[in-house]
Amino acid sequence: MENKSDFTGIRIGMWLFLYTEIILFGGLFVLYAVYLHMYPDDFVSGGKQLDRVIGALNTVILLISSFTVAASITAIRKNSKKLSLGLLAFSFLCGVVFLVNKYFEWGYKFHHDIYPNSETLTNGPPGENIFFGLYYVITGLHGLHVIIGMTLLAVSFIWVAKGKIEHNNFAMLENSGLYWHLVDLIWIFVFPLFYLVL
Amino acid sequence: MQNDAPQHLMGYKTLAAVLAILLMLTGITVGVSYVDLGIMNVPLALGIASTKVTFVLLFFMHLKYEGKAIKVSFLCTIFFLAIMISFTFWDVAFR
Repeated sequence: MENKSDFTGIRIGMWLFLYTEIILFGGLFVLYAVYLHMYPDDFVSGGKQLDRVIGALNTVILLISSFTVAASITAIRKNSKKLSLGLLAFSFLCGVVFLVNKYFEWGYKFHHDIYPNSETLTNGPPGENIFFGLYYVITGLHGLHVIIGMTLLAVSFIWVAKGKIEHNNFAMLENSGLYWHLVDLIWIFVFPLFYLVL
Repeated sequence: MQNDAPQHLMGYKTLAAVLAILLMLTGITVGVSYVDLGIMNVPLALGIASTKVTFVLLFFMHLKYEGKAIKVSFLCTIFFLAIMISFTFWDVAFR
C-alpha cells in the first residue's frame, strides 16, 4: 500500500468549512438587506459617517495580501523557500496593518459616542442605531477572522521554515491561503455595503 | 494514484494580473460611489463587488482548476445563499 496524502480530499474538507463561513456571513447580510430596505435614509447618513478612505485603504491592503499568499504557494512549489517565507511574512504584516487601521477607526467612532448602547445611538434615529449595530457585529466578526487567518499564516510560516511544508507537501499552506482569501472575499462585500452607501 | 494529480500551478504573472484587475475595480467602485446615481448605486456597487469576488475565487482560490466535487458543491452553496437572501427579502419587502 502506498501511503500518499490525499490533497484533493484535504481541499474538499477545507471548502466544506468555508461554505459554513459563507452562510454565517450570508445571514448577517440578510439582516443588512432587510434593514436597508426599512431605513434607507438612516443607512445613507450612517454610511457617510464612515471614512471611505480608510475603508478603501483596508481593501487594498487585503487584496495585496491575498496576492502575496497566493504567490507564496507558487514560490514553495517552485522550491524557493526564502521567497515563500518573505511573502508570508509580508501577508502577516498586512493583517497587522489592517487591524491597526480598524483599531483607529473604531476608536474614533467610540470617541464620538458611536458604539452599541451609546447615548447618541439610543436617542438618535432607529435606522442609524441598527446600521452601526450591524457595522460593529460584521466588522468585529470579520476582524476575528483576520486574527484567525493571521494565526494560520504564522503557523504556515513556521512549518515552511522547519521544512514541514515543502514543494510536494503544501496542503497546510494551501488551506491557510484559502482561509485568508475568504477573509478577503467577505471584506470585498463589507466595504461597499458600509462605506459606499450613498 | 493517477487521479491525485498535482494541482494547477499559478504563475506569478497571472496572479499579478489578477491583483491589477482587483485594484482597478476597487478604484472604480470608490470613484463611482461619489456620483449619485439614485437607486442604481447599490446594485452597481454589488455588481463590481461580485466581479471582484469572482476573480478572487477563480484564480487566487483556483476554483477554475478544481475538480467537479468542489465546483458543484460551491455552486450549491451560492444557490442556497441566494435563496436565503432573496426569499427573506421578498417576504419583508412585500409583506
